[in-house]
Amino acid sequence: MNRFLWPLLGFLVLVGFLAFGLTLKPSEVPSPFIDKPAPGFTLPQLAAPEKTFSPEEMKGQVWLLNIWASWCYACLQEHPVITDLARSVPIVGLNYKDKRDEAVAWLERFGNGYIVSASDTDGRIGINYGVYGVPETFVIDKAGFIRYKHIGPVDEKTARDTLLPLIRELSR
Amino acid sequence: MIPEIGHFSLIATLFIALAQGGLALIGAAQGHAAWIAFARPAARAQFLLVVVSFASLTWAFIAKDFSVAYVAENSNSRLPLMYRISAVWGGHEGSLLLWMLMQTGWAYAVSRFSRQLPDAMVARVLGVLGLVTVGFLLFVLLTSNPFERLTPAPIDGLDLNPLLQDVGLIFHPPLLYMGYVGFSVAFAFAIAALLAGQLDSTWARWSRPWATAAWLFLTLGIALGSWWAYYELGWGGWWFWDPVENSSFIPWLVGTALIHSLAVTEKRASFKNWTVLLAISTFSFSLLGAFLVRSGVLTSVHAFATDPRRGVFILMLFSVVVGSSLFLFALRAPKVGMGGRFAAISRESLLLLNNVVLAVATGAVLLGTLYPLFIDALGLGKLSVGPPYFNAVFIPLMIPALILIAVGPVANWKTAKLGAMAKHLRLPAVVAVVVGLVTPFLLGRWSIFIALGITLAAWIAASVLTGILQRMRATRSGLLAQPRSWLGMHMAHLGIAVFVVGVTLVTGYETEQDIRMMPGDSVSAGGYDLTFLGVRNAQGPNYMAEVGDIELSRNGQVLRTLHPEKRTYTSSPMPMTEAAIDANGLRHVYAALGEPLGDGAWSVRVYYKPFVDWIWAGCILMALGGLLAISDRRYRLKRRNRRTAAPSQRTSS
Repeated sequence: MNRFLWPLLGFLVLVGFLAFGLTLKPSEVPSPFIDKPAPGFTLPQLAAPEKTFSPEEMKGQVWLLNIWASWCYACLQEHPVITDLARSVPIVGLNYKDKRDEAVAWLERFGNGYIVSASDTDGRIGINYGVYGVPETFVIDKAGFIRYKHIGPVDEKTARDTLLPLIRELSR
Repeated sequence: MIPEIGHFSLIATLFIALAQGGLALIGAAQGHAAWIAFARPAARAQFLLVVVSFASLTWAFIAKDFSVAYVAENSNSRLPLMYRISAVWGGHEGSLLLWMLMQTGWAYAVSRFSRQLPDAMVARVLGVLGLVTVGFLLFVLLTSNPFERLTPAPIDGLDLNPLLQDVGLIFHPPLLYMGYVGFSVAFAFAIAALLAGQLDSTWARWSRPWATAAWLFLTLGIALGSWWAYYELGWGGWWFWDPVENSSFIPWLVGTALIHSLAVTEKRASFKNWTVLLAISTFSFSLLGAFLVRSGVLTSVHAFATDPRRGVFILMLFSVVVGSSLFLFALRAPKVGMGGRFAAISRESLLLLNNVVLAVATGAVLLGTLYPLFIDALGLGKLSVGPPYFNAVFIPLMIPALILIAVGPVANWKTAKLGAMAKHLRLPAVVAVVVGLVTPFLLGRWSIFIALGITLAAWIAASVLTGILQRMRATRSGLLAQPRSWLGMHMAHLGIAVFVVGVTLVTGYETEQDIRMMPGDSVSAGGYDLTFLGVRNAQGPNYMAEVGDIELSRNGQVLRTLHPEKRTYTSSPMPMTEAAIDANGLRHVYAALGEPLGDGAWSVRVYYKPFVDWIWAGCILMALGGLLAISDRRYRLKRRNRRTAAPSQRTSS
């Protein structure tokens, strides 16, 4: 065996991996919640704690569940995009591990596109949704099934190229 | 109309490059003088046409022609002129056009500065470069045409990514690409030598200045990128082991091995196969970097907007270029002789050791960079490899490399005497240990890490200085009378020492504070006091800014006011951080605004970074060393009698 063939063989293995790598999407972390029913809950509404919100109320429409908090810097980054998206789809906020007055002030200051925000003060509901970083955004279909999960701030490109086409398809 | 001229010029370049690649290589193989003679004018024509093409795209940006899709995506009517010009290479398509400009520019330079080379050799080198150009042009024209029109034309463009609206970015990609693409010349020389079966020390002498030139550009490009990340991203770090950073660092490491190995092949005709393999590898890793950045297989803050078609195409290009080169290598390498023999202790053996260390370091960085991809491809899960791995693996590997830097230059070729080397190195060793042990005490806190770093830096610096003084004494002539390539080597090594000082001291003594500040609050960092006065609004050409006023004082004496900014560009919801830095060469006081916390309070990042400038100063010294080396007069001397030189040195043994 010609020992000078080794670099070529090593290279071929590398190319094999790279070719396979092209079929993978490294930024998409699989979520066990995809295509499962959205976990149910009943939580007080942020703006009016005497009222409650439950995902049941959204049955029959496609909606987004956006996990946010006033202490979360990345939420502020995605906030303009979320507010913009709210014009095309109802978005429910899940205010995660936050203080009520700070959350209310945050919405007053930066704008509120949510149809409603639910207060998950101790983060218990977030655990049911497998939240491991804020913000996260779930796309939930008419039947109440989670169809897509986005981890991290939603940018314009994700909104335009991923979320909106999916919402349009699910709304049909 | 003008964008169409640019598009047409690219198509014309493709045909000329195709003709050049075919005719020059066949002509050189069969000895057709006319076909060989076609190589040089063809290279010049390609460069001219790509200049026209590049100028057309630049014009479209300057004239705000938003009917060109690429212009509309990457600029905006309110974008300042300077950034409209740099936006030409701010996106994927335009940066590839810049790549083409450099590719044909290097080929043009080869056609100009190769009068002393045999015509057949020049034809082979330019032929190989022509084929590389064909590959990239097909990529541009088929998947990434920057001249595509939009109908109807939008009224205004989207804007250049705000992160890229920065002086650092104007120069970072061009320098980096000059390096990446420049290694294609050393690669082409290697392939030409393999094709001709003429792998000898003349080949090494011809490719050496080209490899060094590419290396010096890559050094500057990486340094500038590091500086840009340091102050523009607002993270305060200078290196993050991000996959994209790594993919520029890997060719640098291999390129560094290459310029050392070329020295051995030129002087002693040893390591020929190894040097050829390094020349192929350096350019291959440049291509791999291009693939990693543009295909989306790895996640990174730097990644371009990705498109699977582009990934497939660039992988095919990569496979063809590298696969055929390595195949040619496997065919020809067994016939190449061993070259000059050398003893266990000699400059050759030390440079071999340098090459081994650099190759292992390359492998470690490559493994860490591609590991997430391997694991994902094998279905073992998703993970990322971070700085802890790289620091744990890379730093220990660099310690022997840094020790060797001082030893190599005092060793004789062929066989070296340990006693003589020890005599040269005794003084630097004493200086290094004393400086290394004492410096951390003077700076306030002793640690083994700092002592080791300073010892290594002092070891290199002292050996460089004693080496220069001894040679000046031995030759009885001044500093400037010494050969420039020799001075260049010492200057580059001194650059490493300066770099090591910077890295050691900034890592050892930096302080980073991320605190909540109300107007009137003070914080101290590295003996300075920073008083937060508040934040006011300001308006930029295409952004709104919140500008902080932070007073910098020492012992109650106000030095200046720092103005860190937080900018919100009209085109993007992402706020951009503009850090404010007070620098004096020995330390940075770095202030950046975090987020507003209500009631006029802000989170503020205050960093004290001693000697951080030395990191980049070291890189500049390395690059200047490279510049000195390539300006050496022996590269400009006409090779005597080039007709007889070629056949007689054919390697057959």
